[in-house]
This record gives sequence, C-alpha cells and structure tokens, in this order.
Amino acid sequence: MAATLTPPEAPTPDEPIVPVVDDAPSARRRIGFGIATALLGLVALVGFGLGSASGLDATFVFSRADDAIRLPDVTVPARATGIVLGVVTIVLGALLAAGVIRRRIYLVFGVGLALFVIALLAWAARGDTISIIGMVNGTLFRATPLALGAFAGLLCERAGVVNIAIEGMLLTGAFVAALTASAADNTWVGLLCGMAAGALLGAFLGVLSIKYQVDQIIGGTVINIFALGITSYLGARILQEYPDLNQPGSFRPFGIPGLERLPIVGDVLFDNTIYAYIVFLLVIGLWWGLFRTRWGLRVRAVGEHPRAADTVGINVLRTRYRSVMMGGAVAGIGGTWFTLDATGSFNENMTAGKGYIALAALIFGRWHPVGAFVAALVFAFSEELQTRLALLDTPIPSDFLLMLPYVVTIVVVAGLVGRSRPPAADGQPYVVE
Amino acid sequence: MTTTTDAAGATDPPAEPPTDEAPRPSRGGVVDWLVDVGNSLLIPALALITALVVGGLVIIFSDPDVLDEWGSFFGDPTGALQASWNAVFDAYEALWRSSLGSASGIGRTLVEATPLALAGLSVAFAFRAGLFNIGAAGQLVIGATCAGWVGFTWDLATPLHITVAVLAGFLGGAAWGGIAGVLKARTGAHEVITTIMLNYISYQLLNYALRSDAFQPAGRDDLISRAVAESARLPEVSFGDVTVHAGLFIALAAAVIIWWLLERSTVGFQLRTVGANPHAAAYAGMSVAAMYVLAMVVAGGLAGLAGTVNILGRPSFSLTGGYYAFIGFDAIAVALLARANPIGVLGAAFLFGVLRAGSTGMQAATSTPVDIIVVIQALIILFVAAPALVRSIYHIKAGRGTSQTFTTSWGA
Repeated sequence: MAATLTPPEAPTPDEPIVPVVDDAPSARRRIGFGIATALLGLVALVGFGLGSASGLDATFVFSRADDAIRLPDVTVPARATGIVLGVVTIVLGALLAAGVIRRRIYLVFGVGLALFVIALLAWAARGDTISIIGMVNGTLFRATPLALGAFAGLLCERAGVVNIAIEGMLLTGAFVAALTASAADNTWVGLLCGMAAGALLGAFLGVLSIKYQVDQIIGGTVINIFALGITSYLGARILQEYPDLNQPGSFRPFGIPGLERLPIVGDVLFDNTIYAYIVFLLVIGLWWGLFRTRWGLRVRAVGEHPRAADTVGINVLRTRYRSVMMGGAVAGIGGTWFTLDATGSFNENMTAGKGYIALAALIFGRWHPVGAFVAALVFAFSEELQTRLALLDTPIPSDFLLMLPYVVTIVVVAGLVGRSRPPAADGQPYVVE
Repeated sequence: MTTTTDAAGATDPPAEPPTDEAPRPSRGGVVDWLVDVGNSLLIPALALITALVVGGLVIIFSDPDVLDEWGSFFGDPTGALQASWNAVFDAYEALWRSSLGSASGIGRTLVEATPLALAGLSVAFAFRAGLFNIGAAGQLVIGATCAGWVGFTWDLATPLHITVAVLAGFLGGAAWGGIAGVLKARTGAHEVITTIMLNYISYQLLNYALRSDAFQPAGRDDLISRAVAESARLPEVSFGDVTVHAGLFIALAAAVIIWWLLERSTVGFQLRTVGANPHAAAYAGMSVAAMYVLAMVVAGGLAGLAGTVNILGRPSFSLTGGYYAFIGFDAIAVALLARANPIGVLGAAFLFGVLRAGSTGMQAATSTPVDIIVVIQALIILFVAAPALVRSIYHIKAGRGTSQTFTTSWGA
C-alpha cells in the first residue's frame, strides 16, 4: 500500500535533491545539451574574451566593509577570464555531444552555465568591482515571493488541485496588506490580513474546482483577472483618494542572536526580515510535513490516487479544501512581501507575473519543497543578474536585460523539465461515490 | 462520471451541433433549433446579468459618499438605498450613453469590438485544440509592431501597402504564437506558462523597438512611435451616422473562415478531436504535435490581426508602450462567453465592445475607475465557466449541450 501511495519522485534523505530528471537520458537529448553548452562557451569566448578590451581587471567582492572576518577580494583580468572559461565550457560541451560524458548531463550543463555566468560577470565588471555578497543577498531577497508562491502551488497540487491563481493571490495579499497595515498602523496586522485574504481566495478556488468542478486552469485564471481588476479598481478608488491608506511601513531586518555572528553565512542567512525566516521554516516544515507525517501522506495520497485514498477512509474533499486554503494563506503571505518588505506601498499590478514564475519554479522543482526553493533561487538570481548588469556599463539594451527572467523561465520549462511529473490526479475533479 | 458532471468535466466531449447527435423524439426542426439556441444563450445571459449586479455592489461599496450614507443607515434607511441606487444607475447610465446611446457611440463600440473579435477568435481557436492561449496579448503586441513597422517605414501605393501591412501583422503574431506551439509539441512545456512569459518578453521587445531610430518620431524620446503612413491606413466606412474602419470586415471575414475551418474542414475535425482527447486522436493516426503547432500559429495570427486592425485603423495610428495588451485578456472572456464558438465570438466581442466604449465615458461622468470593467469580465467568465453556480443561484435544472472541455492539465 505504502508503495502505491508514495509518489516516485519523493526522494529518500540521502538522495541528492537537484533537478536531475533522468540518469540515462536519450542520446538526442545529450547531444542537444552538449551543443547548447558549447554555444554558451562560444559566446563567452568571443563576446566576453576575445571581444573585450585587454588590460582591464574585474574585482569580485566577497565581504562587506564592516564584517569581522573579511574574505579577500578577488581581482581577475577580464579578457583572460572570458577566454579561459569560454574554452573550458566549449570543451565540456564537446565532450557531452561526442558522448565522452554520458551521465549527469544536466549537472555538466549546469557547470557550463555557471562558468558562462562568471565570465559574463567578469566582462560586465571589467575596470570595476562587483559585490558577490550583495548579489547573494539580493537573490535571497528576490526569491522570497517566488518561493512562497511555489510553496502555495505545492500545497494545492500535491492534493490534486492545479493552482494557477498564485498571481492573483499574491496581488490580493499585497493590496490587502497595504490597506490594513496602513489603517492599523501595524505591519503585523497587514501580514495577517494578507494571509487571511489569500486563504479566502484559496477557499474560493476550492469551491470552484472541488464543488463546482470548474476547469481548474480557467478557475484560476478567473481569480487572476478578478484580482487584477478589483485591486486596480480599489487602488484607484481608495488608495489614490486617501494616500495615507497606502503607507503601510515595512518590516525591519533583525538578526538571530548567536547565528548572525557567523562569518558570511550569518550575514546572508540570519540578518533578514521576517520573510526570509518564514521561507526557511517553510522549506523544512513542508519537507518534513509532506514526507514524514501522516498528514503529508494523506495529502499526497489524495493528489496521486483519490479513489484509493477514499477507500481507506481519507476524506478526499476535506483534505483538498484544507490544502488549497493553506496554499492560499502561504501565497497571501508572499503577497504581503511586495508591500511590507520590497516597496512599502501598493502599485497597480505590482506582482508583474511573479505568480506565474513561481508556478514555473514549482514545476522546475519537481513538486518538492527543497526543489521549489532551489528553483526560486535560480529565477531570483536571473532577476538579480539583470539589475546588476543594468547598473554596470554594458552595451546590452536594458529592455533585453528585463526579458532575462522570463526567457530563463521559458528555457527551464521547455528544456529541463520536459520529463518532470506532476501528482497523478493533479487537476482532476473527484466525485465521491 | 461523464453523466453526473455538468461542468467542464475532464472526459466530456465538446458540445456538438444537434445534427451530429443520435436521433431523438423531435418537435419539428425549427422549434427544436430555437430551444437549443435558447438553452445555449440562457447561461451567458444570466452570467451577464449576475456579473452586472455584483459589479453594481462593488460600485456601491467602494463609493465613499454612498458609504457615508450607509453609516447613517439606521437614522435614514431610504437615504442609503437611494444613494446606492443612484451610484449604480449613474454609472451604468453613463456607460450606456457613451456606448449604444448615440451614433458616434455605436461607432466607438464597433471599433472597440473589432480587435476584441479577432483576439477572441484567437483564444477560441486554441481552446478547440485543447490549448489555453493566454498569450493573445503578446501576439497582438508583436502583430501591431510588425504591421506598424511596415506602415510607417515602407513606401507603397495604397491597396498594396495595406495588404502588406496586414499580412505582416498576421505573420508576426503567427510566429510569436508558433513559438509556444512548437515548445508544447516538442517539449511538452505547458502553453499557459510559455505564453505568459512570451507576453512579458513582447512588451520589452516593443519598448526596445520604440526607442530605435526606425520607430521613433524625430524630436521625441518618449515611448511612442511614428504614425502609420496615410497609404497604409484602413479606410473609414460610414453607415448613416455610424462610422467604423474597414477592420470590422476583416474581423467578420475571419469569423466566417474560422467557423468553416473548424466545423467543415478535415483539419478542423482533427483539431477538435485533438482538443477533445489527444490520446484518442493519436490512436486514430492524427498528429497531435502538428495540430498543437497549427492551432497556436493560427491563434497567434488572429491575435496579430487584432493588433493590426488597431494600429492601422484607430486614430493616432502610433504604437505606445504595452500597446493595447489588455485586449488579449479581454479576449479570454470573449472566447469563454462565446463557448469557443466563432460566430458566438462576434456577439460576445460586441458586448465587451459596449463595456470598453462605455467605461471611459463612465469614468469621466461618475469617476468610477475603468477597471470595474475587468471585475465584471472576471465575473462573467466565472459564471460562464461554472454553469452549476448560475443554475444554483437561479434554481434552473441542467439542460443538455452545456458541457465542454476547454483545457488540459499539466499531465495530459
């Protein structure tokens, strides 16, 4: 019984949790990835190496000025870095395409991509400095709404309800938080009300998809359009006429006593606003809850094989309602991040597709909390990279930099997760007999 | 299970015209046909009414003056009700006045409805293949960009210039939609995510184009393009006092062609079969991948045409940032309200044209933000997609021919 209820992608603790889909992929796939890696190397070699002016150094900064223990800055010649990393990446790609490397092609591709990004950074920062610790901090910051959105989707989809309404839940959470935190003059009130609003939308999605069995993608789209319309309408109607209702204030970063003094790690992980800690707790909590508790087994059973779950006495519909409401609450918290942490006020359509990127992170992360978090970090890094490159002097037009997160999402969804498998009953209504 | 679910159940076949069904006791062709038409219009009509009622409630409970009246409800109950009624009546009356209330309003309504119809056909066509095209917005932006570029940089004589510009708009949209189709067919990447990402990419591409020398008018550096040359503009057509542009006829022709393609051609049959059940279609020897690509190419082309008729037909004749992308989302409401029927799309587009044309007048007259239209549209989709919800509100028994598959989930 346990074997049929546990989804195959649920990893055992000692299995590495990286989005590796298949250990012995087809030759066509391997050659495709090899060519892609080699092309990246070629771009690095020509664009960032040979095409770059010689004699300029790029400095990578790894610590802040006021850190107790400072890591030394690394200064590299930009042109040579581009040439060397480009050549290494081309060789990696060639080995992959020629079949010398046959296993772990996604890992090899990832290494090639990382080398490409380092060459890109060295080129962009030529004659300048770039703060790596700042990028890491920024990535974690930007990953917050993506991770929370992906966790929201995870809770719903593990129970068999497709949640495409994450975007609407984020937007509603952001709006409600701005309004209530301003009215109560207390950010915690905003956080709780945003969470409650998300849970309400989750319940609504539940009623649509569970009770009325509306096509779940259309039900989610309805919520997204409705959330966009109502927040824009009320924003124009209320927040613009009473601007003091759009001044919610923001959460301050605080350190975890003891842990914050750790070198580097303390700075990055343990000196943040409440949101980063919520994300950390949810990664661990959801992993433990979904894969190590009775509750998690039931949720997954309902998402994989509701009929079987029903037969052994699990209340399928109630489990689904509970899961979508919890998911909605998590997305609501993610929405409050926009107003209570990122910007400090509500703007029309301020989520700008983050909910959909969160959905892609969920798929990329193979419906697993740790995977979803790692995927959120990848997408957040592409956003952070875009803002860093916009600050440095690069000839790439800013419009193309702004496309980067969206292009990365498409490439990931199309290239890396073609084989990623959703819960078996995802999106299928269940009728109790 | 198929007999117990009346909503868009996963296994239900799409609604077919009654002529395709097994014979059943007949009351005469015309009566039967009227009953069918009445049945299929009942839910959309009730959905519209319910959405307007809920939209009215939103107007009431977001109007500060009306809320003040409600604050003194126990002192003056009729005052609160009167103020509420006035707020809703004024808003909807202004909406009517600036849409269907005058000849110029009807012209505006039709001009608004034209791109809505084309974009609605785009979403409807993809629906019939089981694909959810949220990317009409991006396809429209790319189509308008291509058509506009031909319109203000090429130098051709009138009928040829219009033809080339329209063709460019269609091809631009088709190529943009085709990306999502190919990705779906080759890698299984879900079109909902890829089309949304392509939307955002298209807005950035347009911004980039608007900053380039080919698009920017001399002496300006804001995000607006040159105006389309006179020779590429769609001619104005007048019926009495009602003035529209020739894009209306492109939309009408497109609806007829798409109807024929879907209902009368072999390709359309294959497309609908893939939409109803891709596994069965593959078993019957149809190429599911080819149908996905075809559906997205045609859908993208139609959305591209929606942008094209706008840029070539609508005064100002220039591209701006995020050019009319909202039409792509209105189109989802149009297609759902029409239950993905090409001829029904025309009616639904007209209705949303009324809402769009009226909303600006409403905002001017009563300071009700235009975004209320988006709320009403979301409610209409909600009630159309959940007929059981409408039936339970009005205590109507389930009729036949009301089930339809729209999309497939991640796994399929």
